[in-house]
Amino acid sequence: MTGPALEVIGLRKAFGGLAVTQDVSLVVQLGERRLIIGPNGAGKTTLFNQISGDLRPNSGQIKLFGADITRLPPYKRAQRGLSRTYQIITLFAGDTLEHNVSLGLLGLRPSRWQTCWPMSHYPDIAAEARRALDAVGLLQLADHPISDIAYGERRRVELAVALAQRPRILLLDEPLAGLSNVERSTVKTLIASIPRETTVVMIEHDMDTALDLADTVTLLNYGRVIVDGARDVVVADERTREVYLGT
Amino acid sequence: MNWIAAALIGGSLLLPPFLAGDFYINLASQILIAAIFALSLNLLVGFGGMTSLGHASYLGVAAYISALVTSRYGFGHGTAAIISISGTVAMAAFFGVIALRATGLGFLMITLALSQVLWGLAYRMSNVTNGDNGITGLTRPAPFGISLDNPVSFYWFALIVATIAFLAITVFVSSAFGSSLKGVRDQPRRMAALGFNPRLIRWITFVYAGFWGGVSGLLYVYYHKYIHPTSLSITSSAEALLGVIAGGAGTLGGPAVGAALVLLLKNYASAYLERWNMLLGLVFLFIVLVMPAGIVPGFSRLTAALRGKSP
Amino acid sequence: MQFWIIQGLNSLSLGGLLFLLSSGFSLIFGLMRLANLTHGAFFMLGTYIAATALRAHDGLNLWVMVIAAGFAVAALGGLFERLVLTRLKTNPLGQVLVTLGMSFIISDACLMLWGGDSIPVPTPQNLQAPTRMFGFVFPTYRLVLVGLAIVAAIALYFLLERTRLGAMIRAGVDDRQMARAVGIPVSNLFTIVFCLGAGIAGAAGVLGGPILSAYPGLDADMLPLALIVVILGGIGSLLGAFVGSFVIGFIYTFGIALFPELAYIILFLPMIFVIAFRPQGLFGRVGA
Repeated sequence: MTGPALEVIGLRKAFGGLAVTQDVSLVVQLGERRLIIGPNGAGKTTLFNQISGDLRPNSGQIKLFGADITRLPPYKRAQRGLSRTYQIITLFAGDTLEHNVSLGLLGLRPSRWQTCWPMSHYPDIAAEARRALDAVGLLQLADHPISDIAYGERRRVELAVALAQRPRILLLDEPLAGLSNVERSTVKTLIASIPRETTVVMIEHDMDTALDLADTVTLLNYGRVIVDGARDVVVADERTREVYLGT
Repeated sequence: MNWIAAALIGGSLLLPPFLAGDFYINLASQILIAAIFALSLNLLVGFGGMTSLGHASYLGVAAYISALVTSRYGFGHGTAAIISISGTVAMAAFFGVIALRATGLGFLMITLALSQVLWGLAYRMSNVTNGDNGITGLTRPAPFGISLDNPVSFYWFALIVATIAFLAITVFVSSAFGSSLKGVRDQPRRMAALGFNPRLIRWITFVYAGFWGGVSGLLYVYYHKYIHPTSLSITSSAEALLGVIAGGAGTLGGPAVGAALVLLLKNYASAYLERWNMLLGLVFLFIVLVMPAGIVPGFSRLTAALRGKSP
Repeated sequence: MQFWIIQGLNSLSLGGLLFLLSSGFSLIFGLMRLANLTHGAFFMLGTYIAATALRAHDGLNLWVMVIAAGFAVAALGGLFERLVLTRLKTNPLGQVLVTLGMSFIISDACLMLWGGDSIPVPTPQNLQAPTRMFGFVFPTYRLVLVGLAIVAAIALYFLLERTRLGAMIRAGVDDRQMARAVGIPVSNLFTIVFCLGAGIAGAAGVLGGPILSAYPGLDADMLPLALIVVILGGIGSLLGAFVGSFVIGFIYTFGIALFPELAYIILFLPMIFVIAFRPQGLFGRVGA
């Protein structure tokens, strides 16, 4: 497998008269750590939503591992190894941490169509789920409902759900938002420890927080790519400073 | 699930043929039929998060097909049942494809419109359905040669079918598929991102709900030995929906309790009141405004509180 | 030829009535995200009020009843909205169920008050004579009805597009949260729109009286037609309600005339096509 992990080609999206994504193109190589930054309203999450399939672009192409996925529904993209987390936590509040991760694991297994046996019939799912929770340091809370745990811990569960599927490419939508400094460094350590088999694309609107996690950076503003390249190059570029100081 | 309550209910279901007279045994049979209908609707409403106002379609169509196939074409009940259920399931599959293009209120409107169309057809196609006169003079089946014409034997038959229905639906919603269904109900976008196909999951559930709705329709036409377009009416769908919601949507047994209450209310109210529909409407308002989660959740919260309070 | 002309005019007048009925439904759904299942009952109530009043008082005329019944039904709608619907803001399913319950209450009340027989509504005296045009004979009342529907459509268009109230309604339809955030009194708007929708439905009931008569089950006959119009034309779209109403008016009228047994299936088909290929309806902007 040699081609890029993700290619976005000339993507355009408009809501009514408002152009939210304007001719966006980017290429993410296998194993790369890409950070997408830009001020609020720059169109970062909209871009993610088009990559994950939650939104249909008006025109342009999206290729995942060389295959055109522009018209594929979200669940088929998941089956090709795409995983994402959300800005707003969408876990199942009344269920336990283990159940949440197990459900994530079930999504890619044929046993999800099984109408006789409950999930508990598959002990390997539970074991896998606990392993994933352990990897984010939450094994001790596995049997607690999501509603019981703190916000920072929920963010880690989101990460556990996404990582449990052993995705080939992981989209992280503002993974550090709303976290305290301690929680932030915990999550950053987790992200840094993701194996290189998984390509990671992150959104953060605060440039400094996630910079050290990134190999390459893409700067978006008003739905357009302004600067794109290796981290240090983008940071040094005066257009970057313009975007952030100009606002 | 509360084992004591389950044992009590299960035990009490065995009692009517021994304790009660014919009128009450028949009432109990009707309750069982309504319970199956409500449980099938609960698959959609409670576990699938798809509120349908057209569920009577499956009861009515199954009933009409059985009635027509036995009385017009002289088929035996066994064959008629197979044809009836197959037809109903095929219709559910077709309706499901159409209705599930929408969700939420759009879905509700489409299921309502589809069911009203069927209701209108039942009235208008009188050379087929006998229109407003309904189809009379029907018979009950005799499984393994046992006649179901007397109230007691019909009751046992209905009880067996209801038990099978309850178990089948319980297994279904507790399975891995059931977990994915509940997930799609609560967070469809997230489930899609995890690899689940929400539309297919909903459609499969829709068809399964149509299947059991059809089964309740067969029991319905066997019991009454008569079928009329009102069985396809919005009132019929609304009564089932009220039963599901009053009993507790998304619980395993709640809808059965709710359906029983609605039926009992209907029976006793019609002795004193002319206007059942108005009472139904008022009960709807009452339940939604005062007890939106339904009786069974309210009751289990009460027992949990009582248990919590004891040392 | 006369047959086709008459059916054509019947289609137009049914379409006009359906527009009056479904425009209110579509507005209520668009703004309040509420499928108001009481809408058919509001229509029927208007018809019954007109039927009784005109039977009892010979001097009253239909146009007065249109206004009177319209206001009466609007008032009832407003009470219902304020007392019941506002308590269910967080329970959209519950809102639909209470509108269903309310429709049962109203329809049974009508049955109780007016009995099971159908009560005709007399056509206004000065419109009883047929009109002769282009060598054909047209029932005058139906012509007037079509005209009124067009006038109402224009009036509603002006209300929505050219008045401040209309702008607030459109803002609320597009983005309720944002509208609230900029200070639009959304809950008062809800009451106003619900009253408006109910009132138009009641008025439409009066106007439909001479053609349909007041009978039990009128609500159950009209509601699915309104639903199909809105599914076809798109929720929240006045233009969709307009086009959809006349399309359904034509399909239903010619369907009943030519294939009475299959009329419902014929209604069904365009609905299926639209849902299959364009689930938001022909002109819909709001997702169902």
